[in-house]
Amino acid sequence: MTSSLVSVAFHGVAYGMILYVISVGLSVTMGLMGFINLAHGVFAMAGGYVFSTVMARFGVPFPLALLIAFAAVAIASIVLERLLYSRLYTAGELAQVLFTIGLIYASVAIARMVYGTLAVPIVLPDYLKGQVRFMDRDFPTYRVFLILFSALIIMSLWFGVERTRWGAMVRAAVDNRGMAQSVGINTRLLFMTTFALGSGLAGLGGALGADILPVDWAYPFEHLAYFLIVVAVGGLGSLRGPFIAALLIGVADTACKYWVPEFGAFLVYAATVVILLWRPMGLFGVRA
Amino acid sequence: MSGYTSDPRIRWTEWLPWVAAIAFFFTMPEYLALGARILIYILFALSLDLILGYAGIITLGHSAFFGLGAYTAGILSAKYGFTDPFFQLGAAAAMAALLGLATGAVILRTKALTLLMLTLAITSILYEIANQASSLTGGNDGLSGVTVAPILGLFKFDLFGRTAFLYCLVALFVGWLVVRRMIYSPFGAMLTGLRENTARMHAIGAPVYWRLVLVYAISATMAGIAGALLTQVNQFVGLNVLGLEPSGDLLVMLILGGVGRLYGAFVGPIVYLIAQDYLAKQYPEYWYLGIGVLLIVVVLFARGGILGIVDKWLQALSRLTGSARASAR
Repeated sequence: MTSSLVSVAFHGVAYGMILYVISVGLSVTMGLMGFINLAHGVFAMAGGYVFSTVMARFGVPFPLALLIAFAAVAIASIVLERLLYSRLYTAGELAQVLFTIGLIYASVAIARMVYGTLAVPIVLPDYLKGQVRFMDRDFPTYRVFLILFSALIIMSLWFGVERTRWGAMVRAAVDNRGMAQSVGINTRLLFMTTFALGSGLAGLGGALGADILPVDWAYPFEHLAYFLIVVAVGGLGSLRGPFIAALLIGVADTACKYWVPEFGAFLVYAATVVILLWRPMGLFGVRA
Repeated sequence: MSGYTSDPRIRWTEWLPWVAAIAFFFTMPEYLALGARILIYILFALSLDLILGYAGIITLGHSAFFGLGAYTAGILSAKYGFTDPFFQLGAAAAMAALLGLATGAVILRTKALTLLMLTLAITSILYEIANQASSLTGGNDGLSGVTVAPILGLFKFDLFGRTAFLYCLVALFVGWLVVRRMIYSPFGAMLTGLRENTARMHAIGAPVYWRLVLVYAISATMAGIAGALLTQVNQFVGLNVLGLEPSGDLLVMLILGGVGRLYGAFVGPIVYLIAQDYLAKQYPEYWYLGIGVLLIVVVLFARGGILGIVDKWLQALSRLTGSARASAR
């Protein structure tokens, strides 16, 4: 029993960490710009594809491939933001929802044309294969790496938002956009950089987590609900809320799959409904 | 936009779709199955238009009611032997109405992302239930063995889909009359008010929340009926009636036709389903790409959908002829 508890907690935390790295950008951009972006999973999928391609096709080493996945997705997202997203900032929820659904359809079709219907293989470097022995228990090395590396990313992100000038500007713009603008913060540029960072992180998360969330063409549809749940339950514009929500979902989902597989994702959805009815703004949300 | 201020009488042009449907019935017997599907989706789109186009409730979970209706009719027939079509329709409508009331009453207090997430979660929950309760729903394989008795004991569902087509046509006609009556009534005006300015509707003393719940339940009932019709026509229910995907497809159809203009719900499914029938089979990978790009283009450049574009052309034309007449004088 304890061994299964530890194992569920371990894998659940790894899953939660990945969910957070992917979704945190969504929380910040939705909180900052009020933009309902259902196509966030597209960035994660793109990251996974870039990562797999540069490793398998061009033999790029693992750390560099992660960096490339991050950078490529961030740059692509800037292009999308300038060309398309920015036209819809003031357009109302319905237009944003429809536009991002359109983006999902189009990217899903392109992914299927280029990569077919099978999930892309991820080849891990030798030093991340195998098991790590800790407290008389074996843990898969890659998952351990996943947890540590995600924790590192999350800590640097939190440090950036809490302690740097850029972070202060982001927090100011989330709290009161008009006021931030009038004290001379270039919110347009801030939006763009934040969006790129958030999308890049999603790409990185998609690449890192390809082992847990297999990268295939249906990715943006299949995992959309979980990314949205992380943000909605955690609270828009918050960093800590989605972290707790992501860990809760990661552990709950793993536990359900382990002990009551017949319920599937049912319990996670049911819990989401209950939490959102109890606290419509999410656990740590400050406003609608 | 059609609404409270326009003339509520049925203009002669509004009879044209029905005449066209009858003509279709006689001239294209080989396409009646597709025709019945289109009619069902028009009814489904009409129900979404009521809450999305008029009341402004954005939902990703309208398939919950459609799917519940479909499974209610299917389970009643395949598992409990209730084969009367009207009984099945009634039961599906009642179940969908109950779900609409129950979920609407709790989720319509929320807004924006939370509301979107709740609607999505509800249809996902139903999907999981339908997937897991395979003794009742057939699970992943779908529910087959649905039988439907002759309508009123007289009209058997035939192989060519003649009865099915006319049956769906009558159902859609009734649905259209109801929706049309509703949007030209003070109730319809109130819905438009809710969409345009909720705060102001509160200020003039309108019972905002209860009206939203009411229209949500009405729309759910219609969607449930559409789902039951689909079951009866196909004599099969699959998991693809629940979840995000059917909701997304329906949204695409409605947007394509034009939101909040009654006949957008007619044009959208016709164009979408006919195009799907031709293209999706031959070029499945280009189909979704095309739909995605089309959706982006519509949102960026043609917010009114196909009917919006037609409206613009007609206005430009009348301006042209108007100025021509003025210059002739």
